[in-house]
Amino acid sequence: MAAGVIGAWGLWALIGALFIWAAVDERQLFVIGLIVGSVLALGAIGLTLIYGILRFGNFAHGDTMMLGAYVAFFFLTGLVKEERRDTSIGFGLGDLPGATDRLGDLSFGYGFLLAAAGAAIVLIAFSVGLDRLVYRKLRQRKSSIVVFSTAAIGVAFALRAVLLIIWGPEPRTYFAGITPKNEYPFDILLKTNEIFTFLVAVGSAAVVYVILFRTKLGKSMRAYSDNPELALVSGINTDRVITWTWVIGGVLLAVAGVLLALQANLKPELGFELLLPLFAAAILGGLGKPQGAFVGALVVGVCQEVSVAYFSAGYKPAVAFVILILILLIRPRGLFGSST
Amino acid sequence: MEAQAVVTGYGEVDILHGVSLRVEREEMVAVIGPNGAGKSTLLKAIFGLLPVRSGEVFLKGEDVTNKRPDQVVVRGLSYVPQVDNVFPSLTILENLQMGAFVRRDGVREKLDQVFALFPDLVGRRSELARRLSGGQRQMLALARALMLDPDVLLLDEPSASLSPKMAGMIFERIATINGSGTAVLLVEQNARQALSLCNRGYVLATGMNRLDGQARGLLENPDVGRLYLGA
Repeated sequence: MAAGVIGAWGLWALIGALFIWAAVDERQLFVIGLIVGSVLALGAIGLTLIYGILRFGNFAHGDTMMLGAYVAFFFLTGLVKEERRDTSIGFGLGDLPGATDRLGDLSFGYGFLLAAAGAAIVLIAFSVGLDRLVYRKLRQRKSSIVVFSTAAIGVAFALRAVLLIIWGPEPRTYFAGITPKNEYPFDILLKTNEIFTFLVAVGSAAVVYVILFRTKLGKSMRAYSDNPELALVSGINTDRVITWTWVIGGVLLAVAGVLLALQANLKPELGFELLLPLFAAAILGGLGKPQGAFVGALVVGVCQEVSVAYFSAGYKPAVAFVILILILLIRPRGLFGSST
Repeated sequence: MEAQAVVTGYGEVDILHGVSLRVEREEMVAVIGPNGAGKSTLLKAIFGLLPVRSGEVFLKGEDVTNKRPDQVVVRGLSYVPQVDNVFPSLTILENLQMGAFVRRDGVREKLDQVFALFPDLVGRRSELARRLSGGQRQMLALARALMLDPDVLLLDEPSASLSPKMAGMIFERIATINGSGTAVLLVEQNARQALSLCNRGYVLATGMNRLDGQARGLLENPDVGRLYLGA
């Protein structure tokens, strides 16, 4: 098959057909896939923004997401690993009065929300700080995309090791116990946590959309991604664009990491496993195109979940890999990618 | 605006070996010369996109040598590159808003002004710039550069890759812009058309000043005619 054999419309038609089939044939898995996809979307949007502005694939993206999830865990419980045993620093936000009282049908109380906000602030500081420490130096040397991405892989390894040192290899959860599933129209069973996850994820993506397409800052970010030299010539401040890219990426990663850990167990290597679906989503949408990353992530999420009806769940990463290969074969530019 | 003995280049190699020129207030000046003479390089060096290794650039008496482009642009200099001079995935309106990025007020009035100058763009303001034809793109690029009311406009081959008819129209607009008080430094391959539009001209060759003078004089100069006008 030649590269780029189908146009954007062909790809949209394929996705439409897939979604209709999945919605009819595997309703429950389809809905779960959309929820998973919405969380992936937050990671993929950050990944694609960083690619668009800084021109490199941030291989540390998944591990940074995990950092956010673990930091929220720490703020909530105050637990760290010391001498192979969990030790409390003596205080977590979960110890605040009523902080773990469940909000409605949700599995968590307000302490969790505070911990998530704290994680977002930490990830902003981490991302901006890392840029100053590592990537800015590479920019000043006009390093190639390969050097940038290699540096990002180094950051990823270091981060994962740090997570292992501080919190150990065993899976963590924010909350023990089970929450009930409620029945919704069309025989769909969902936990309220899952609905919360979807709404927060889609809401965050919408906020990013408004920033990018309705504010001066966002327009200057898109302009910079389009044509950095012309942006410079127009008086757009490059440093500010780059800093805001990391700020937005950091917040999105914290939200995504925390939402992800709310659904599943938290473990250090999860971030690396996420890298494949994140890249598949970003490339499917067209690298550098946030709206594409959103759609791409929904597609990857749905495909991964629906595949469970046919293959073992252990093949989920393989599904992302197959999507990645297919898109590179039939339309490497993705949904929103342009030829220019 | 004035450049004095500017030396610049890429990497280890010098492209300009000491080029000087000046543009007076409201003047229109052409820079012509063969391919590789360093015409585009000169504009980039003036605008801070390339390091000036020796020599100086002054704008309204202020030394702006090696200032960053975003520092130059707020001092009244605007630059239209030869290619890639619009933001393709932004709308026309957004392109113009980016042109006015450092402007604090009067954006709306300025938008009305440039739309009056380029009426072709008005009806397409929410279309993506990548959908524009070559001529319309060039108009948008000019319009973007005008959003900050520059004192001096640096234009890099605005007629390149346009049909003769479209090029004529673009030159007409440039003359209108100059007529309303903006000084223009025009780099052109199309030497005859450029000189017939300008007050004065400079001829560059192999990174050095070769000739300069009144545009009319250069047009009638037999050397210039033989070398650059194809006469």
